[in-house]
Amino acid sequence: MLPRQKIFALLLSIAMLVLIIELVRRRKLREEYSWLWILTGSLMIILVVWYDALVALSHLIGAVLPTSTLFLFGIIFFMLLSLHFSMKISALTDQVKELVQQMALLTGNRGMEGSRRRKRVR
Amino acid sequence: MSASTDLLIIIPAFNEGRRIVEIIREVRGVVPRAEILVVDDGSTDRTGEEARRAGAVVLRHHFNLGYGSALQTGYRYALGKGFHFLVQMDGDGQHDPEGIPSLLKAVRKGKIDVAIGSRFLGSCLYPIPAVRRIGMVIFARIATLLTGQEVTDPTSGFQALSRRAFELFASRHFPVDYPDADVIVMLKRAGLNFNEIPVIMRPAPPGKSMHTGILRPLYYIFKMSLSLFVTMLRKP
Repeated sequence: MLPRQKIFALLLSIAMLVLIIELVRRRKLREEYSWLWILTGSLMIILVVWYDALVALSHLIGAVLPTSTLFLFGIIFFMLLSLHFSMKISALTDQVKELVQQMALLTGNRGMEGSRRRKRVR
Repeated sequence: MSASTDLLIIIPAFNEGRRIVEIIREVRGVVPRAEILVVDDGSTDRTGEEARRAGAVVLRHHFNLGYGSALQTGYRYALGKGFHFLVQMDGDGQHDPEGIPSLLKAVRKGKIDVAIGSRFLGSCLYPIPAVRRIGMVIFARIATLLTGQEVTDPTSGFQALSRRAFELFASRHFPVDYPDADVIVMLKRAGLNFNEIPVIMRPAPPGKSMHTGILRPLYYIFKMSLSLFVTMLRKP
């Protein structure tokens, strides 16, 4: 791997880690969603700095170029991230359903004043 | 308002407009002592108000959750109020209320928990698109196979339920997406009984089907297949 590639990959990974941690600090990102990003960023840094590990891993999975390994893991990361989101969305969908149903049952058979936007016909 | 907690009629409704009033009147003509519950699933028209004005109890979802969720809210209401039996029917006028007594008969006797009104055993007064028909037949055959019992109309929402049944359906295990064939298989595996009763189904008003377009039917096939598969894998 060319030194230029290494430096770029390293800078990118460090920048990503810093960004993620800053977002968590500012409470714009929950820890539970940040762990996968942090894990991947850390992994990338390790693989770039410790070149032998990257080469060994490339041989293990049958990749020709070490950079391919980095790309592959990048793709796997996105797959896992999307899966994580799908699972979270599934859970949220269930929760929303429960809430809306509970609200309907609690509100009961009352009138609907103020419970929806009214279309004014002039 | 009926004080009896014997029978509840659940009608999930989404933008049915004035149609809902006619349905409520028809139902009342057939089962005057039953309580009628309309679950207004986030309608943007006056469905809820019209239904309440016609004398039905109305529970309102602030957002549209879908047919299955609206049904489930009805089940939970029935459970909470201590009803013994319920009949569910569509709010679009497809289900002829005259069929209610025959649906209830076997369920009242305690022999079966769910009576499904089949338009194929009874009569269907409107044409079903060929593609849709094929899909229905396929899933009917699959349901027949998986339950060991004849199933002809698994997608029929016109059903009578015993308390045991709506107790099960009120739980989180109920598939709220498109509850039909997978619900039948699920209830069978949970130890409940069902039966099919012939009913009459009338034409639905145009454009209201849950199965319109090209993507929806494909999603339905995928969803139902997966749900059936997973239901068989789960512990009863």
